Amino acid sequence: MTEAVAPPGAPTQAGPPVRRGRATAGAGRLAALLVSPTLLVLTVVVLYPTLMALKESLYGAKGLDPATGFISDTEPFVGLGNYAEIFGEAGARFWNAFWNTTFFTVVTVGLETVIGVAMALIMHRAFRGRALVRAGILVPWAVPTAISGLLWRWIFNSDGVANALLGQQILWTTEGFHAKVAVIVAEVWKTAPFIGLLVLAGLQVIPREVYEAARMDGARPVRQFWHITLPLVKPALLVAVLFRCMDALRMFDLPYILVGAQKHSVETLSMLAQNEASNVRFGPASAYAVILFLYVFLIALAFVRLLGTDLAGGAPGARRRGKEVAA
Amino acid sequence: MTTRTTSSAAALTAAGLLLTACGSSGGGSGQAGTPSFEGRGPITYVAGKDTTGTVQPMLDRWNAAHPKEKVTFIQLPTDPDAQRQQMIQNAETKSDAYTVLSLDVVWTSEFAAHQWIDRLPEKRYPLAKMLKPVVETSRYRGGLYAVPSSSDGGMLYYRTDLLKKAGVAGPPTTWAQMTAACAKVKKLPEAKGMSCYAGQFQKYEGLTVNFAEAVNSAGGTVTDAAGKPDVDTPEAREGLDFLARSFKDGTIPKKAITYQEEDGRQAFQSGDLVFLRNWPYVYSLAQKSGIKGKFAVAPLPGLNGPGSSSLGGHNMAVSSSAKNKATALDFIEFMTSEKNTRTLLEDASLAPPYASLYDDRALVGQYPYLPVLKESIVRAAPRPRVVPYGDVTAAVQQEAYAVLNGDKSSAQALRDLQKALGKAVAR
Repeated sequence: MTEAVAPPGAPTQAGPPVRRGRATAGAGRLAALLVSPTLLVLTVVVLYPTLMALKESLYGAKGLDPATGFISDTEPFVGLGNYAEIFGEAGARFWNAFWNTTFFTVVTVGLETVIGVAMALIMHRAFRGRALVRAGILVPWAVPTAISGLLWRWIFNSDGVANALLGQQILWTTEGFHAKVAVIVAEVWKTAPFIGLLVLAGLQVIPREVYEAARMDGARPVRQFWHITLPLVKPALLVAVLFRCMDALRMFDLPYILVGAQKHSVETLSMLAQNEASNVRFGPASAYAVILFLYVFLIALAFVRLLGTDLAGGAPGARRRGKEVAA
Repeated sequence: MTTRTTSSAAALTAAGLLLTACGSSGGGSGQAGTPSFEGRGPITYVAGKDTTGTVQPMLDRWNAAHPKEKVTFIQLPTDPDAQRQQMIQNAETKSDAYTVLSLDVVWTSEFAAHQWIDRLPEKRYPLAKMLKPVVETSRYRGGLYAVPSSSDGGMLYYRTDLLKKAGVAGPPTTWAQMTAACAKVKKLPEAKGMSCYAGQFQKYEGLTVNFAEAVNSAGGTVTDAAGKPDVDTPEAREGLDFLARSFKDGTIPKKAITYQEEDGRQAFQSGDLVFLRNWPYVYSLAQKSGIKGKFAVAPLPGLNGPGSSSLGGHNMAVSSSAKNKATALDFIEFMTSEKNTRTLLEDASLAPPYASLYDDRALVGQYPYLPVLKESIVRAAPRPRVVPYGDVTAAVQQEAYAVLNGDKSSAQALRDLQKALGKAVAR
């Protein structure tokens, strides 16, 4: 599959202006020299494939010569034709996939966040068998998505565990809203631990004294959670949610394996790109990939700008470059 | 990861990217006509994972006889889509890593039209001894682009014990007979909770196979011999209506809409089905299950008489960007010989392309279904032989699935399918 979706968020600030009184020209040169390997690597692994995908998306599929029966060797240049087709002729399918992708992202990330935070709070507690619980919670995250897709397909089989528990004969892998539910359940099961893990890391750096002081002031556990835990864990949580959003927007293997290809109820943008690529139409496939890339990139940008997600790993809330967000 | 390894890795990636960029833009010489098969030396044989362990011993025999022209076995994933993907990647980059490809029968047109495989000299191979429909799957526009190595056809599995008890003389040859026989069986106390019939109706390649069988068995076509879509006909509608009706009246159980090959086999083995459409591989597995000795196979039923199966199987082709093509031709001759296809039947139960093997006493003793399978293959109609097969099968699945789900009338679906196929083929 030609995944032209480069990890966004990378080009945050390549070489910020050094504001240290008087930077000498020599120091500036040295700085440039020192970041150049990084820039080179980023160019090769991020920028170049992205540009190649952009270029490829301007070419159409190879045509068949009716006289000889052979496909031509070269791809015709069609300019923005692929994009026109996506928003025109293939519009219905594209928008369906677009809404599916968005719907999956919003719902799964929302559920994962709630469940993940709950998991983190449980893992953070000191109790007997904590190590076992931590390990247990992490198991779904350790399972490869393709395998968990097969696992859940077996659970959601017509005579599977899910139907036995519900006592109903729901055909989960047919078209319809239930197929969406199946994907969401499997996705949340798999990725909530990831959010739990990152939030746990955030929880462990909160000093105990803060909670002691809150108790002295008579704050109840619920209030402690809303006023202390959540604000202090927010930077870690935002990074986790951003990562999950980007992953969910590119969702491919789970619906593909669990419900199947060509199922419009669960078709995502990645699946459209894969479908074009598998039919040897690399131009249109790249066009889908570019659109998906822009979508993911905009969402990531919104996170960094509007919510002040701190990807550079500075002190929480120190460098606010976007809007001032009242914590 | 230290910076040093990162940058060297990056340099490698960059080099790789540059190489592929050069490689993919270097095309242009693929002129038609019969290529010259020259060069002898080591080659590779590329096929899906060999789960039965029959291929390597064959290659070992070849390698012992041809020490200077050794064959290396490259095993691809079991998933056909993944196999096709990797073969296409190899062809698009004009790599010589793959020499002889084992192609699924429905890929022949696509690979030939893209000139990813070479046109082969007909006289080299004993095609006259093979079953005609099987040979047809390896042709594109009259030219031979591959040599059949195995075939596959659908058969009707049925419960002999129940049919006998219900007083049904033999296996049904028409759909009407099948429904009638089933109604009799359902009256038996031991048939409580059983359904009549199932095939493969999940939205995947199996649905295309079953749809094409229903249409062909009613005298219709999906695409004609030249690959032109011709599916908006009364005959095709009769075939599709049989499936739609069976879903509606419960002849096919509701949950069969999710069935792939294995689901149907499990249901048949656990006594949920009286009749099942499936491939030959089920036979030996069912003989090891609870219904051992209680079932048999027959040719697929049709509208007014025996039906017409879709063809499966694999053909061997030579990658056009390969080296040592003279060796490749010899190797294909070796692999598709009567002796080796017999071994494949004995050890991996793959149906052979040669007519004579189906009448072989010893083989029929081992595989009682062979005569039925031969009938099935002789009467078979190939799946649409078109270049954009992926688009065609997707369109078929889309419309057939909508009808079986009851979201669309069969007349409307066939009209839409005719349109969609016309568009796909005209691309």
